[in-house]
Amino acid sequence: MAKQSMQFLKVGLIISLFTLAACSSSSDVEDATEGNQSASGNNSGSSATTNPGGSGNQLTQDQIRAQAALRQTIFYFEFDIAEFDAGDRDTLTFHARDLATNTGKRIRLEGHADERGTREYNLALGERRANGILNYLIVNGASRSQIEVVSYGEEQPAVSGSSEGAYRQNRRVEIVGR
Amino acid sequence: MKLRHLFPALAFWLISLPSLAELSIQITQGIDNPIPIAIVPFSMQGSGILSEDVSQIVTNDLEQVGEFRALPPSNMLGLPSQESEVFFRDWRILAQDYLLVGRIDQAPGSQLVQVQYEFFDINRELKLAGEVLTGSVAQLRDIGHEISNVVFEHVTGLRGAFTTQLLYIVSDYVSPELTYFRLEKSDYDGQRSQVLLESQEPVMSPSWSPNGQDVAYVSFETDLPRIYIQNIATGQKRQITNYPNINSSPVWSPDGTKLAMVLSKDGSPDIYVQDLVSNELVRITNHPAIETEPSWTPDGRTVVFMSDRTGQPQIYQIALGASAFDVERLTYDCFQCAKAKFLPDGVNLMHVRRETRQNPSYQIAILNIETLRVITLTDTSLDESPSLAPNGSMIMYATKYNGRGVLDAVSIDGRVKFRLPSTQGDVREPAWSPFLN
Repeated sequence: MAKQSMQFLKVGLIISLFTLAACSSSSDVEDATEGNQSASGNNSGSSATTNPGGSGNQLTQDQIRAQAALRQTIFYFEFDIAEFDAGDRDTLTFHARDLATNTGKRIRLEGHADERGTREYNLALGERRANGILNYLIVNGASRSQIEVVSYGEEQPAVSGSSEGAYRQNRRVEIVGR
Repeated sequence: MKLRHLFPALAFWLISLPSLAELSIQITQGIDNPIPIAIVPFSMQGSGILSEDVSQIVTNDLEQVGEFRALPPSNMLGLPSQESEVFFRDWRILAQDYLLVGRIDQAPGSQLVQVQYEFFDINRELKLAGEVLTGSVAQLRDIGHEISNVVFEHVTGLRGAFTTQLLYIVSDYVSPELTYFRLEKSDYDGQRSQVLLESQEPVMSPSWSPNGQDVAYVSFETDLPRIYIQNIATGQKRQITNYPNINSSPVWSPDGTKLAMVLSKDGSPDIYVQDLVSNELVRITNHPAIETEPSWTPDGRTVVFMSDRTGQPQIYQIALGASAFDVERLTYDCFQCAKAKFLPDGVNLMHVRRETRQNPSYQIAILNIETLRVITLTDTSLDESPSLAPNGSMIMYATKYNGRGVLDAVSIDGRVKFRLPSTQGDVREPAWSPFLN
């Protein structure tokens, strides 16, 4: 009984988070993110639980979306902002579900900052970014013990240089298998 | 005349590898009326050609700090090497204020040299200093820097910092999969660099122990940021921390018994102090925001740190033993103020400053916490990691030049600047040593 209500609670939480994601991503005019994830303009296909009586065809679509989402392992951040982009919520939810399903899977969240600002603050900022994603993954079904967080601050830029373009690619959290 | 033996512990230099990335100084900004000084090329007695030009080392030292302008030897009317050969009138005609002469003796086949020098005030026709320094051929640079110390102190009244050293980090990009991170040590002018640690994972935040014998730093060599202390002479290191999450920013207390650091084991980064004798760990701040970049006040009783509890980095301080809520905010007039440390006067606060939200540009500045006057010392846009020379005369800091990380130095009044360009890799996080002798 207790287990069932827990499950129910979890599903309810996922649904509400999805709704939230759909709302905020529709107002989000940021440039296209990495990967081939399609923008979630509506929430029709976001979860089988929201579409009663989903056909087999739809399930395959969902699987394809999940696979595409899992291929996106880098998440980018705005300057001076520690919260991940609202447009990445769906993708991160697929990652959380993947961890919930595959309980033996272990990942590392590696947080990074661009070179602006002091190094030790950037180290802390990278951790704050990674923790934001960590908390989201846990809320959506992953277990804390599956995830290690490490911040590299500005010490390991993805791209060298001091251009806005380089900075954009360096403010990131990477999901790394381990 | 005094006789001195210089630095018996030559053994250090044999231990670690010389670095490929030799730094050499460029003066980027001097003062308007430098003091004219004649440094006569030292005469060489005995056989052999020495690898170092002692009088040139003194010339470079004195010109780098900007206070002096050396007379080119080609303009000199004579080349005296000792007092009996000095005619003050010659140097007055050339409008020189000070004169340095000297001679180097090397016994045939010997690795030992004797450097005799004499330093004169031309206007007062007075010998201010003179001694014989003895050392090995490999110590000629030390001898030159020591002579610079004597000259500098006689003229400015301030102890010279020419025999001090730097620690810094070099990041050497090889390929997308491979970057070498090195902790290096060099003379204050970037010469004679040595690698103290090389890793394929980041190395950060070098900090000198107050006695100049050890360095604390952060290394990711276990894949996680952990604090280590390494003996500079022997290279022996030990891991100091292994707490979950961030372990960073180690800074020695002025008496060398404690290490301030940042740990995020309890959720968010906070300041802690570890006693290096008892290993007792004391939590200093307790706030869900980021607290980092600790430094000590000169009396060692208070820790200065950065916190973004108001949304952006600002500087705060808290006395050791005070309640974690008893925090005093020190900066208000900047969009971001970070990486602060008090100068020895305990009033002027050296820090990294970003004035406005609109302009993400970071400069080295000094805030007087009594008058609230701010002096911004630098004008490039990515300046960070300021470190004060032990005589308080200059600040070394990291910046970018032509897309590369370089070390710059600026005098405490902002009038003089010099740069240590690197031939290889990005150089950053300079830490200026205490006086070492």
